[in-house]
Formats: sequence, C-alpha cells, structure tokens
Amino acid sequence: METLLALAIGVVVATSVYLFLSRDLPRMLLGFVLLGNGVNLAILLAGRIGPMTPALITDGETLAAHAANPLPQALILTAIVIGFGLTAFALMLALQAWRRFGTLDAESLDAAESIDPAVLAPASSALPREDAR
Amino acid sequence: MSPQLLIVSPLLVPLFAAAVCALFWRRPAVQSWISLAASGTLLGVALSLLLQTADGTILVAQMGGWPAPFGISLVIDIFAAIMLAITGLMALAVGIYALGPGRPGRDRAGFHPLYHSLLLGVCGSFVTGDLFNLYVWFEVMLIASFGLLVLDRSREQIDGGIRYVMLNLIGTTLFLASIALLYGMTGTLNMADLARVVPGLENRGAVMAVALLLLVAFGAKAAVFPLFNWLPASYHTASMPVVAIFAALLTKVGVYAILRVYTLIFSGDTGWLEPIFTVIAIGTMVIGVLGAAAHYDVRKILSFHIISQIGYMLIGLALMTPLAIAGSILYIVHHIVVKANLFLLAGAIRQHGGSYALARLGGLWRTVPLLGLLFLIPALSLAGIPPLSGFWGKLAVIQASLAAQAWILAGAALVVGLLTLYSMIKIWNEAFWKAEPVPHPPVRWARGERVAMYLPIVALAAITLTIGLYTEPFARLSIDAAHQLLDRDAYIAAVLTSQGAIP
Repeated sequence: METLLALAIGVVVATSVYLFLSRDLPRMLLGFVLLGNGVNLAILLAGRIGPMTPALITDGETLAAHAANPLPQALILTAIVIGFGLTAFALMLALQAWRRFGTLDAESLDAAESIDPAVLAPASSALPREDAR
Repeated sequence: MSPQLLIVSPLLVPLFAAAVCALFWRRPAVQSWISLAASGTLLGVALSLLLQTADGTILVAQMGGWPAPFGISLVIDIFAAIMLAITGLMALAVGIYALGPGRPGRDRAGFHPLYHSLLLGVCGSFVTGDLFNLYVWFEVMLIASFGLLVLDRSREQIDGGIRYVMLNLIGTTLFLASIALLYGMTGTLNMADLARVVPGLENRGAVMAVALLLLVAFGAKAAVFPLFNWLPASYHTASMPVVAIFAALLTKVGVYAILRVYTLIFSGDTGWLEPIFTVIAIGTMVIGVLGAAAHYDVRKILSFHIISQIGYMLIGLALMTPLAIAGSILYIVHHIVVKANLFLLAGAIRQHGGSYALARLGGLWRTVPLLGLLFLIPALSLAGIPPLSGFWGKLAVIQASLAAQAWILAGAALVVGLLTLYSMIKIWNEAFWKAEPVPHPPVRWARGERVAMYLPIVALAAITLTIGLYTEPFARLSIDAAHQLLDRDAYIAAVLTSQGAIP
C-alpha cells in the first residue's frame, strides 16, 4: 500500500512538473493544483497509513492503541484551505491578464519589462531635448 | 500586562488592525488613523519584548495550553525580538509615508487591511516555534503581498504579479513537501523537538535531502542566487510604500527562516552545508550587484541591490562562527532601515523629477538640495562608507571571513561593496548632478503630503546615523543574539520545559 501511494505521488508530481514547463498560464495553474495534491498525499503517507480506526475518544476513554494518526489530516486540511485561496487569487490574476492583454502565453506577457524606452537606453547627460519628449 | 499576553500581542495587534480596517472599508480616513495607531502599538510591544529578552531570557508561550511538542509554541529570543522591533519601526515609517502622494487610490483599493495582514504574517514568522505554523504564516504574508503588489491594477502590475505569484506558489509548495518529509522521519514539527531528534537520525542522506529542499524553499523566498528572478521582475511595478515594506521585510523573513533552521535543526551535521552557503553567498552578492550596474531605472537598480545585500547576510551561515552570525544580524538590521529608506527616497525623487528613469531625471541637486543630502546618507551607508551603519555590518562579516581564512568570501564582499558604490554614484550623478533634460513643472503638494513623505525619510536617515555613530549597543545585542542562536540546548530546554500555557 505504501509503495503504491508513493508511486502515485511520484506520478502526480511528475505530471505537475510537466504542466509547469508549459508556457500557457492555465496549464501552469493546473500544475500548481496537482503539485499541491501530491504534497498533501505525501503528508498523509508521512503520518503512517494503515490503521482504519478513527482517532475519536468518548468521555473517560483513552485513545485506542491502533487508531489512525489525526495530525496529518489536520495539516492536510490546513494546506487544502490555503491552496484553495492561493489558486483562487492566481485564477483571478490570470482572468485580469486575459482581459487586459488578450493572451495567456508567458512569452508574450511582457508589460512589466517594457515600461519606458528611455529606461533601457544608457543614460547620458547630453540627451537631446526632443528625444526626451 | 501579563508576559504571556505580551508574547502573543505582536500577532494580536496587526490581526485586530486588519479586521477593524476592513470593517471601515468605506471610511479611508478612519482606516489611516487605526493603521497608524496599530503600527505605533506594534513598535511599542516589540520594544518591550526586546527589553525583556535582551538579558538572554527566552520567552515561550504554548498555544491552547498544549505542552511543548504537541501544541504550537511561540518562542521569542533576542534575534526574534530584534526582528519584531525592526518590523514595528518599518510598519510605522512606511505607514506614515503611505499618507503621502497617491493616498486616495491606495486607500480605496484596500491598502490598510492588506498592509496589516502582511505585518501579521511577518510577525508570525518571527514568533513561531513550529515548522508547520511557519508555513501558515508564510502563506498569510504571501496572500497579503499578492494583494498589495497589484493594488493599482495597472498593466505592468498584473504582469509583474503573475511572475511573483507563480514563483512563490512553487516555492511554498516545496516548503510544504519538505515539512511532509521531515514529519515522516521524525514524527514532530516543533522546532525545538526537531532540534533534539534530527541529529540522532540514522538516515543522514534523507536529512541532507530535506535540508536542501528547505534551502530551496527559503532561498526562493529570500531571493538568493540562483532563485532570485522573480524579485526584479515584479518589485518595480508596485507603488512605492508597498515596495518599501516588501524590500524591508519579505526577503528578510526568508533569511530569518534560513538562519533559524540551519542554526537550530541542521547544525549537528555541518561540514557539507558551509561550502554550499559560501557559493550561494558569493553568487548572490555578485549577480545582484552586476544586475544593478546594468540598469538605468532607480527602482530596478534598488531591486537588484536587495539581492546583492542578501548575499552578505548569508556569510554568517557560510562561516557559522559567532562573530559571522552577529555580523549577519547587524547587517539585516542595517539593511532593512537603509533599503526601505532608499525606496522611500525613490518615491520622493519621482515626486520631484517626474520619473524613475535616470535618463529623464536631472538637476535635483539645484531644485531640492535637501533631498540630495538625505539620499546620500542611506546610499553611502549601503555601500559601506564609514562611519555609517553599513560600514559596521560589512566590517563584521569581512573580519569574520578573514578570521576563518575564507579569502574568496572576504574578497567578493569587498569588491561588491565597491560596485555598490558605483551604482549609488550612478543614481547620484544622473538624478541630482547632471543638468535637467526636460524642464519639469514645480511639484504641487496636497496639504500634509510633504510632511508625510519627508518625516519617515528623515527619521530613518537619523537611525542609520545612530547605528553608525553609536554602534556599541547594536553590536552587543547582535553578538548576544548570535551566541543565543548557536546555543541550541538552551533553546530546546526553554521550549520543552516551559509552563507558559495560553488557554
């Protein structure tokens, strides 16, 4: 079972890396979602899978010796919530980019780099006025 | 105030401020006052924490009343208290600056709630003693910084935001993956407990892999070589108060996490880590300063200098001697003050000269000589000219490298200092000294804007001068903090035996 889960995590992470290599923004986001799921599975595996007894206690009892480990589940729950928030924000950003630039191809998104032609030219104190506009 | 309440107050104050500011969403004037009051309170709380820890006490609180390795511990030692104090200072300075030009647009877009959420994430990262909790604070900080970065929703901000978001998403997921692996090996996530367990683990190869994976995650956050590309691609697009607080705090949280984890958890098996840190430190210093030399936009130059200076902070880890780590801590304090001030000054230069591009600037020395004088203090301090604060930071790390016979490290630090001076003089020559290329209409200030812009600049310049001229208390505090960081047993004992429960 552990080997199978480890292999599954490997496949998920490899797929996400493949998606990250794409230039298409939505594919990169899908890659992030998959990577997050792979890591969550890794946390589950790290907490030793196997026992199926729920980690619940009623009044006066102590926890059964072979109960499942509740901590990884709490960690995964937190990570899922955080991952959801981040994905939602990234999707909104991608939507904005689509509306503003009409493309989601990483190669053609360059608004942040091409601010002002004068910035790229070496500055010189003898800059003619009509060039500076 | 009870000591337990004081430990959680660096978290409660920004949390409360963010919530209340969000409630007053349509009343920007009210938000500004709450924001300023909260920043001032944060500074006060942090300073009183610094006073309490300065003698070497480690303050510990156990959240929810769970004893140490099971619940989440909050731990404040000297290093954490120093970082909290400097965070409070920056919160106040940038908070005042944000009252300056451009305020109505920022306030409408929700600057204040996001600003305090960012501070909450930063303070949480400094205070926590639990690795998974550190991840959560990283995410709080990250999501607030996403919002702040695209505050104006301009074209270049959206594009810069995408670069910043994608790289950081991958970085934090790698952090989570290393947490999973570490938990699988040790069964604990409390940092003190990890420090106790990790040196005794059989499988050294796995420990090494996790240590390096953590280094990638924190390194991406701290913008070290070769993971720095997101920083100059995005920082220059944000509005000036936002970049100033980013430059001051965000990368430094990464450096703090690296310093904390590698002195505490992975310090048992040193030897293979130091050469890696040496290469990273030299690469970060050199690439950053060369990038700055190649650019002609004030914001880009300053962004690349953030990277370059991170290299100096890693020298402490490359050497692992008390003097070197003390130098790193002193350097962090100096750098936060100076770097934030330079970005605030870049905003003032933009206000007076109408542009960030060096080619379009000029003649500011004739029109606003005061600005030129104020620019020189942090600029020369960044380059390490005595008697300013940067000189002492550089002196400490270079002296430590010479003492450890790390000649290449010391040489790189000296050469990079010289190149830093080159880019600072470049800004000075182009923006202040040369003739004005285009006549620029006189600046129109709204009421109070000029004070809001200049007050934090003057105050931070005064602090730079104070650290430079009256270095002794700062240096002694850094040395105490370094000794405390290297004394792992005291930290472990303080956390695992503490009774300070918060129900």
